[in-house]
Amino acid sequence: MAGRPEIKTLKNIAREIRIEILKMLTCAGSGHTGGSLSIVELLVGLYFYKFRCDPKRPLCHTRDIFILSKGHACPALYAVLAHMNFFDKKELCTLRKVGTRLQGHPQRGLPGVEISSGSLGQGLSIANGYALGARIDKDKKRIYCLMGDGELDEGQIWEAVLTGAHYKLDNVCGIVDYNKFQIDGKVEDTKALEPLKEKWEAFNWEVLEIDGHDLKEVMDAYDRAETIKGKPVVILAHTTKGKGVSFLENQNRYHGVAPTKEELERALKELEGE
Amino acid sequence: MDKKPTRDGFGEGLVELGEKRKDIVVLSADLTDSTRAGWFKKKFPERFFSMGVSEQDMIGTAAGLALSGKRPFTCTFGVFAAGRAWDQIRVSIAYMNLNVIIVGTHGGISVGPDGPTHQAVEEITLMRVLPNMTVIAPCDAIEAKKATKLAASYNGPVYLRLGRSKVPIVTTQGDSFEIGKANLLRDGGDVTIIACGYEVYEALVAHEILKKEKISARVINLHTLKPVDRAVITKAAKETGAIVTAEEHTIIGGLGSLVSEVLTQEFPVPVEFIGVKDRFGESGSPEELFKVFELTAEDIVKAAKRVIRRKNK
Repeated sequence: MAGRPEIKTLKNIAREIRIEILKMLTCAGSGHTGGSLSIVELLVGLYFYKFRCDPKRPLCHTRDIFILSKGHACPALYAVLAHMNFFDKKELCTLRKVGTRLQGHPQRGLPGVEISSGSLGQGLSIANGYALGARIDKDKKRIYCLMGDGELDEGQIWEAVLTGAHYKLDNVCGIVDYNKFQIDGKVEDTKALEPLKEKWEAFNWEVLEIDGHDLKEVMDAYDRAETIKGKPVVILAHTTKGKGVSFLENQNRYHGVAPTKEELERALKELEGE
Repeated sequence: MDKKPTRDGFGEGLVELGEKRKDIVVLSADLTDSTRAGWFKKKFPERFFSMGVSEQDMIGTAAGLALSGKRPFTCTFGVFAAGRAWDQIRVSIAYMNLNVIIVGTHGGISVGPDGPTHQAVEEITLMRVLPNMTVIAPCDAIEAKKATKLAASYNGPVYLRLGRSKVPIVTTQGDSFEIGKANLLRDGGDVTIIACGYEVYEALVAHEILKKEKISARVINLHTLKPVDRAVITKAAKETGAIVTAEEHTIIGGLGSLVSEVLTQEFPVPVEFIGVKDRFGESGSPEELFKVFELTAEDIVKAAKRVIRRKNK
């Protein structure tokens, strides 16, 4: 294992990713701000450390697989992929515009995007299928699947949780962006999930609970997940919706709303001033 | 005449595929014996995945297996595949144009005593509205076996509609079968009966009854509902001027609708529909139900006479 990147370096990348997310959302005039900002460290800690991929050969057979089940957070994924040169950064400003490869929710075909998603609850089943296929092929690839907390309301997720445990898919690493909000409001008010850790444990998953914005904890979790054998792992990542910009944090009205030009300027000042 | 369920033809085809191709994998949502997926399971347990009663998860898991380079068949009853897992089929399979074969057995009211919750009469409609989806309803076990094998090499998702009950074998091994190409079974000049699935047999019986009454009926087996063979339908309209469609399925959005969609654009002629008329199924023996739902050869004969009268007006 190559050494870890410096936390300082990753923090800087995360800051740049946030800037790209906000710019592209404002440029598009719509999109999901809060849930994109909450997953930045989870993506940065994965893509810039653990994840095996080749931006020049996005479909190469030895790659790991990342599945964004909470498809509405795609601005964060697009920013990361562009930062890694899967495609040109200039393309980010085409988000949500006619003819773009950067659809409002991810569409397979854009280099680095493994699945089309957006209708919630479907990613973990696909991750399991990928994992079963890899097992047949004796392929060591790891399959990561990022879900939202509100997404866990979907019954299909729990069907897939059963499947992952039944087939002991230790090549699957689930990640829950536990930012405590969904579109209607607080998760606990909308449809209570707690006790969440115990639920996953009762379904025979190994649970790693972390601060999803602490890059060391994030990288530690990905390392630890790889060592657990005989069952799948889920990282319960406690996060903050709208993380990184003071006036967006925990403001649920930005769930599906892009910043205005004025808000973007204020946000950039904050981020660039860091 | 020999009788056999179309699901048996599928089960046999699947085992043959499994022997030839290592990429064939099968997922089953608990109805493993009923769908005949069990025949594959017995021979290739390492490529068989028990999914429990989780149709939506089964579809997603199949999508992942397809993405990893496998050729999955998902097996359950038609109602639970096309109905319950429709959005999963839409987003995780059709939108990504993945090579997954969705097998829906127990199509139609010929399911019999289990009643309306288990009788799928809407799958053709539900599946054919999805871009990239191919929909096939074989008429007998021989055709089901051919369809199974061809679907495994087809580019894009395929929905395979199969039945529970034994149905007469009306085709032969030597008959050609091509996805998207309808088969002309009987030629005729007065009227054309276009049918799929079990109704193909009823259409052939109707052809004989009509022949005794000096009415010459063309019979077309439209086994592929999508992509539809527009040329054969248009030619039949031009040459016979009257069409009867026959399906063990709702007439809303099914075979009758799709034939009408072609005809209104290409060559409008009168059409009569034999099919389920905006209602759910019910319990009973298949034979009784075919009478109740007016899906018999006699019903087709009556419809043929009606449509010929309309043509001659």
